[in-house]
Amino acid sequence: MQKKTEKVAGYIFLAFGCIAVVSVIAITVYMILKGTPALVKVGVPKLLFGTVWKPTAAEPSYGIFYIILSSIVGTFGAIILGVPIGILSAVFLTDYTSGSKTGRQIAKGLSAAVELLAAIPSVIYGLIGMMILNPLMYRLEKYFFAGNDNHQFTGGSNLLSAIIVLAIMILPTVINISASSIRAVPSSLRSASLALGASKMQTIFKVVLPAAKSGIMTGVVLGIGRALGEAMAINMVAGGAVNIPLPFNSVRFLTTQLVSEMSYASGLHRQVLFTVGLVLYVFIVIINLFLTKLKKKGEIANE
Amino acid sequence: MSRKEVKEIMKKRLWKLTGLTMAAALAVGAFAGCGASTESTDAQGDAQTETGAEQTADVEETTDLSGSIALAGSTSMEKVCEALMEGFMEKYPDVTVTTEYTGSGAGLESLASGSVDIGNASRHVKDEEKSEGEVENVIALDGIAVITDTSNTVIDLTQEDLKKVYTGEVKNWSELGGEDEAIVVIGRESGSGTRDAFEELLDVKDACVYAQELDSTGAVLAKVSSTPGAIGYVSLDVVDSSVIAVKLDGVDATEANILSGDYALQRPFVMATKGEISEQNELVQAWFDYIASDEGKEIISNAGLIIPE
Repeated sequence: MQKKTEKVAGYIFLAFGCIAVVSVIAITVYMILKGTPALVKVGVPKLLFGTVWKPTAAEPSYGIFYIILSSIVGTFGAIILGVPIGILSAVFLTDYTSGSKTGRQIAKGLSAAVELLAAIPSVIYGLIGMMILNPLMYRLEKYFFAGNDNHQFTGGSNLLSAIIVLAIMILPTVINISASSIRAVPSSLRSASLALGASKMQTIFKVVLPAAKSGIMTGVVLGIGRALGEAMAINMVAGGAVNIPLPFNSVRFLTTQLVSEMSYASGLHRQVLFTVGLVLYVFIVIINLFLTKLKKKGEIANE
Repeated sequence: MSRKEVKEIMKKRLWKLTGLTMAAALAVGAFAGCGASTESTDAQGDAQTETGAEQTADVEETTDLSGSIALAGSTSMEKVCEALMEGFMEKYPDVTVTTEYTGSGAGLESLASGSVDIGNASRHVKDEEKSEGEVENVIALDGIAVITDTSNTVIDLTQEDLKKVYTGEVKNWSELGGEDEAIVVIGRESGSGTRDAFEELLDVKDACVYAQELDSTGAVLAKVSSTPGAIGYVSLDVVDSSVIAVKLDGVDATEANILSGDYALQRPFVMATKGEISEQNELVQAWFDYIASDEGKEIISNAGLIIPE
């Protein structure tokens, strides 16, 4: 009898486990089916490498190259800005606060702040960016481009604003994962390095961080995923015009493209938006594959 | 291995197979569901109109109407449409009115295909659409106001100036007699009804060079009011004291000037029907009667729109 209930329970668990798998398969197939017709109708090079986005013109043009480029540049900008801050914060949290009582208190405060940072809804980031960051950026823009007739003034809604917002948004991911992988480095390594006469800084940069490399990389890749997939916050600060991704240009990302045009689009325009979704989806899948590989590598290294 | 054990394993495999098949069937089902969804809603729409017609025949003698009216179209008309639906369904509790906000073009398309009774459009019905038997019934007029931030000193623009601003020919307010301040050109995203109307009315279709493309009226208002030197466009009824509505060719953006036709940036809100209103079923006729009634007019003007004469 008991055996039977165990069995039934097993099947029930299997059924629930299948939900996730079925969802992923359904989403993948749906995205491919919905995203490819426009690729065929518009033509792959015209769509993916075209630079003119005029979906409602009399002779519509559906080039999303600048949009793809903006997503890539924006994400890497956020990584370049956010990752050093994140890693150094993690080092401070793990190696510089354990010595004294005040140090531990600071660590507690920092951890709590990071936790809260992760919990803040992205629309709040967008709001703050819009109210504080954009006006500051506009001052910078006016300073840099004073008297420049070719520049179109954006009022501070530009790529740089988006990068700064994204960089802050990925901080919690990078800090938390880096800190836990730094903590996982055996203290014997640290002791050995210090015993050989290396300073604390040398120990951290030459011994601890290299040992924690795969964990830190995981944090970075997760950060890339978060930055690439963010829509709400950057929709509010990036301006939303389709342009070459230069720091002071108003830009549009793959995500914001979907957010801002999906509700009104029809016909081929709508189909192209599905293709934009497909491109985003492919990027995320690539990042996830990379992540899985990285984790495997880390496991092998740890063994 | 005993016979029993072998049996047990076989059983397990069988179960596994069933499980897998079920999962696969589920996946296929989910997937077929997605693909077929558009067709099925169309079919439903057809069914609805048919039953609507039947019911009309039944209730011809009675005063209490029942059945359903299906509308689809312009998102710009959502506010007024929701208000009208609420009032109408209060008056006729047995009638269900449903509206999908799919965009002007899509709404008229649904009307042409017969899946809805009324197609909403925030623009005039085009000739090619009229040739499919669609009749334009203007229920309201909507004015588009050109707005700037409150510190701006240029409060009167000609249409030519406005064109030059939006096509990027003029980039500084000093060129228009204002202070030395860069112009930040703000507009809506492609596909938006307001953008469509603005570009069409100003004859700058697809020639606009935007510094910012925002996806809601509220966002345009907020950005224009908070950015020095900004210019944008929104529906007349949402203009508040946080921005300046500039004069166009010396004409103020007011209701009176839109009704008289003096103010250039205006568009009609159309509820198109296939054939004249008098040819429609009783339900649709009741809908238009309601719109023309004092009650309906009050709802329309409360939504910030102007009632055509």
